[in-house]
Amino acid sequence: MSKQKKTLLLSIVFLVIMIILTYLPVAILTVYSFTESKTIGVWNGFSFELYKELFTDDEILTALKNTLIIGLSASALAVVLGTLAAIGIHSMKKAPRMVMESINQITMVNADIVTAIGFMLLFLFVIFIPNDYASLIIAHTVICTPYVIMSVLPRLSQLNPNVYEAGLDLGATPVRALFSIILPQLIPAVIAGFALAFTISLDDFTISTFVSSSVETIPRFLYNKLKVKGVMPVLRALSVFIMAAVFVVLIVINFFSMRTERKKQQIEKNLGGAK
Amino acid sequence: MKSKKKLRLSKGTMAFPYFAVSVLFVIVPLVLILVYAFTDASGNFTFENFARLGAASSWKSIIRSFLIAFFTTVICLLLSYPTALALTKIKASKRMIILMIFIMPMWINSLLRIYAVQLFYADTLGMEKGFVLTLIGMVYDFFPFMLLPIYTILADMDKMVLEASADLGAKPAETFFKVRLPLSMPGIVSGALMVFMPAMSSFAVSDILGYDGGSATFLDGKLFGNVIYYYFERGNYNSGSALALLLLVLILFSTFLSNVLTKGKTARKGGTIA
Amino acid sequence: MKKVFKAFFEKFRREKAERPLSETANTQPSVEIHPLKKSERIIEVQGLTKVFDGVTVIDNMNLAIKKGEFVTLLGPSGCGKTTLLRIIAGFETPTEGQVFLENVNVTDVPPYRRPVNTVFQRYALFPHLNVFKNIAYGLKIKKIDKKVIAEKVNAALKMVDLEGYGHRDVSSLSGGQQQRVAIARALVCEPKVLLLDEPLGALDLKMRKDMQEELMAMHKRLGITFLYVTHDQEEALTMSDTVVVINDGVIQQIGTPKKIYDEPANAFVADFIGESNIISGVMLKDFCVRFLGQDFECVDKGFAKNEKVDLVIRPEDIKVYPEGDEKGQLVGKVLSSIFKGTFYQMEILANEYQFTVQSTKESKEGDTVSIGVKPDGIHIMKKLRSTNTFYGKVTGEDTVEFCGTEFTFNNVDGIEAGTDVEISVDFDAVSLNDDETDGDLGGNVSQTLYKGKYYQVQVYTDTDEDFFTDTVDDWDINDRIGIKIDHSKIVVKRLENEE
Repeated sequence: MSKQKKTLLLSIVFLVIMIILTYLPVAILTVYSFTESKTIGVWNGFSFELYKELFTDDEILTALKNTLIIGLSASALAVVLGTLAAIGIHSMKKAPRMVMESINQITMVNADIVTAIGFMLLFLFVIFIPNDYASLIIAHTVICTPYVIMSVLPRLSQLNPNVYEAGLDLGATPVRALFSIILPQLIPAVIAGFALAFTISLDDFTISTFVSSSVETIPRFLYNKLKVKGVMPVLRALSVFIMAAVFVVLIVINFFSMRTERKKQQIEKNLGGAK
Repeated sequence: MKSKKKLRLSKGTMAFPYFAVSVLFVIVPLVLILVYAFTDASGNFTFENFARLGAASSWKSIIRSFLIAFFTTVICLLLSYPTALALTKIKASKRMIILMIFIMPMWINSLLRIYAVQLFYADTLGMEKGFVLTLIGMVYDFFPFMLLPIYTILADMDKMVLEASADLGAKPAETFFKVRLPLSMPGIVSGALMVFMPAMSSFAVSDILGYDGGSATFLDGKLFGNVIYYYFERGNYNSGSALALLLLVLILFSTFLSNVLTKGKTARKGGTIA
Repeated sequence: MKKVFKAFFEKFRREKAERPLSETANTQPSVEIHPLKKSERIIEVQGLTKVFDGVTVIDNMNLAIKKGEFVTLLGPSGCGKTTLLRIIAGFETPTEGQVFLENVNVTDVPPYRRPVNTVFQRYALFPHLNVFKNIAYGLKIKKIDKKVIAEKVNAALKMVDLEGYGHRDVSSLSGGQQQRVAIARALVCEPKVLLLDEPLGALDLKMRKDMQEELMAMHKRLGITFLYVTHDQEEALTMSDTVVVINDGVIQQIGTPKKIYDEPANAFVADFIGESNIISGVMLKDFCVRFLGQDFECVDKGFAKNEKVDLVIRPEDIKVYPEGDEKGQLVGKVLSSIFKGTFYQMEILANEYQFTVQSTKESKEGDTVSIGVKPDGIHIMKKLRSTNTFYGKVTGEDTVEFCGTEFTFNNVDGIEAGTDVEISVDFDAVSLNDDETDGDLGGNVSQTLYKGKYYQVQVYTDTDEDFFTDTVDDWDINDRIGIKIDHSKIVVKRLENEE
């Protein structure tokens, strides 16, 4: 066997082991979501009982509804705010651009717990927002927007700047050129940003815990249940359900981005290698 | 040659709403933490909150957090470097799919990942809750954050440089330590910080997988994040803010460090997958 | 050499041979606005200056463009030609000066209200729209009836030979087809002027040739003004009615391709357009110039007695005779000889100058030959400059500051410290050093021009000044070098408007 082949084989073996290590816990979780047994290791036969339980449990259904309301509204707001901000930042000169990017980075690198207590202090002592939904949506919008910006900004710098100018040249006002030329080309990045924002919102329980006392969301529900001994079996079904939903979204997004990437490459390729 | 003064000015204003939101909901809260960290319950200026951090229990939790974050970072590095290297060896067309397989768990709720660890390592394999299980949970939780930047830099690395090293007579080990490893430092630094800081501030992992009354060692106690959580749960905003401020300074410092060391070369979470 | 270019040269050669001597005008090397009647001017810029981050890209430019012409802005990259086009299109606002379209001041009119349309360098087609919608974009904005739009777009598609491509995705088109869509998209709006920014740059050679011909045909058919930007001299000469040569943000010459080629206004134009031998000489009297140590008859007049001049001799204007032939004026040695298809290109060393010569008769490498040039083959140009002029201040008894550095000088006039002064430094007082620290000040080489026996080098200093000097060495553009000045040759004069 050649040395190269050996390296390749070794690499594949190592990757397979790592994939197994990564997915084994998830696989066990999935398998045991299809049985009624209370304890892991005991197989009581295949059943959808836990899933039935999942979709009849009022507490879970309420939390699911809250999570969706908050996640979708926060992501939608973040997409609007973030896309506008990305276009703005993209056109800025160095100094203001640095300021905006630094603000963006602070939000992303900051520990959830620090962000959470910051919001808590703000909502307690500075601005009082009576509605828990509203305060949660605001908080989630703020933590999600940087991810939308991060998703849209690189796409903007890939755009041919002349395309916008071509719009103006053909008589479109700046606003019209923005809507008819820039935005349509940003759509894949905006969708990716939306999904990213949604997963960030879906991931959060720290901020939700500190900002609201009354609105139960799935992550909060999970955290509170996992903290105590003797985890309810229904959580297994809930986990698998969430994972499946996220994976489907991920695959769809990647399909989208791959397609636009391929299209872009095609245009460049057809332009010829003169440069 | 290409500035568009007039056209640009109008576009720049589109960032204004976000700027306003950021000032109100990002900057003001940070200022509030700063204010609370330096005042007492009745609002007078004081250093008392920081003096209280000198207490043994606070220091212990900080050291404990540091140690666990350090171990997590090292283990993640030891696992992800070979993984990233192995990824670069396989066919380019299959690489993205395999990478995606590794990154996918990053997108599901971190609590679910922790739950999966508990279900497998504790419930199935029968491990005791405590330091070791917490460490496993953290590594499982943060592994993709290390893999992504390291893979990015290894994939971008110019193969010719490595071949040049071999051509100049370096043995594979020498090429690795003298060329490949130094060149991948930006990725390692950025990955290390992306693992270390969240691990340092994490409290959910140790809440769920940590010590729950069995045999306790020094490492089985509360972490940094847990202490902050605890203070705020009990309404002690000032002490909590002081701790949070300490954490914030640490985070900002290490982010700055990472920016300087990597000069923005590697992508953060998200850039690659979506 | 490329085919079209060659044909072009041959045509010139023939015409030149037939031309009576008296007809060759004496072109004074000055730049003047096209003498156009007001009604003929479609585009005009006045006193145009554009500064980007402290760098002057366009410097006080005046230009008028005649309605219906195919006008080319030609110059090396970074000369300001694209910026000029972008200012006319409205994408850039000039720092100073005005732009007129059909004698209406449009300086502050945004691009979407200007009756001009642009074909961009890399086409800038809208990737999210198909071919039809790309072309229809401008018409849709004008709120034209859908049926009319369809008719116009289809007509445009037919014009660029892309019938039936309407529904196609732009990503499925070849480079040449994308180019045609870009042209159709601009033309369908019926602009008064079509602006083209190096539109053929991304195409391969063969496609470029075809498109050149198509563009020329299109221009003829439509009768609208084309303003075309390129750095390709061949493209400019073949396609245009008028060529505007630009360098360093300044118009060097405006004229027909023939005039630009035959009678370059200065050494830059001569060097940039085609191959040429540029030599410096002295104008002894009208119709007589001395260079390379010999006197030559020429067709130019009107220079001062003994004025230093540059002269250009095109390679094809040098005749090669056997050794000892009386028709030759200089004796030279053939350094190299390469067959180029229809002629031989030779390097011939004569009187220490290396001539580039094109001849249909071959001379072998190493041969000694006699070369000569007819009076109308010598073209005399005013020397751009031989003295550097700066403004500065006297700082002490015998010190003066300019270009951010202090120099000692011979203060014969007793100018007191603090006086604003004009400083002249002749080219021969300036020398260049590899090592920046060996000089009085540092700078970057921005241009070099071979003038026979020596190079004229332009150095850009850190204080935004240009230094010119003649050296025997060739320097690389952008090299960091030191400038040394012979302090005894610094001439300092009080500024005239002092009192």
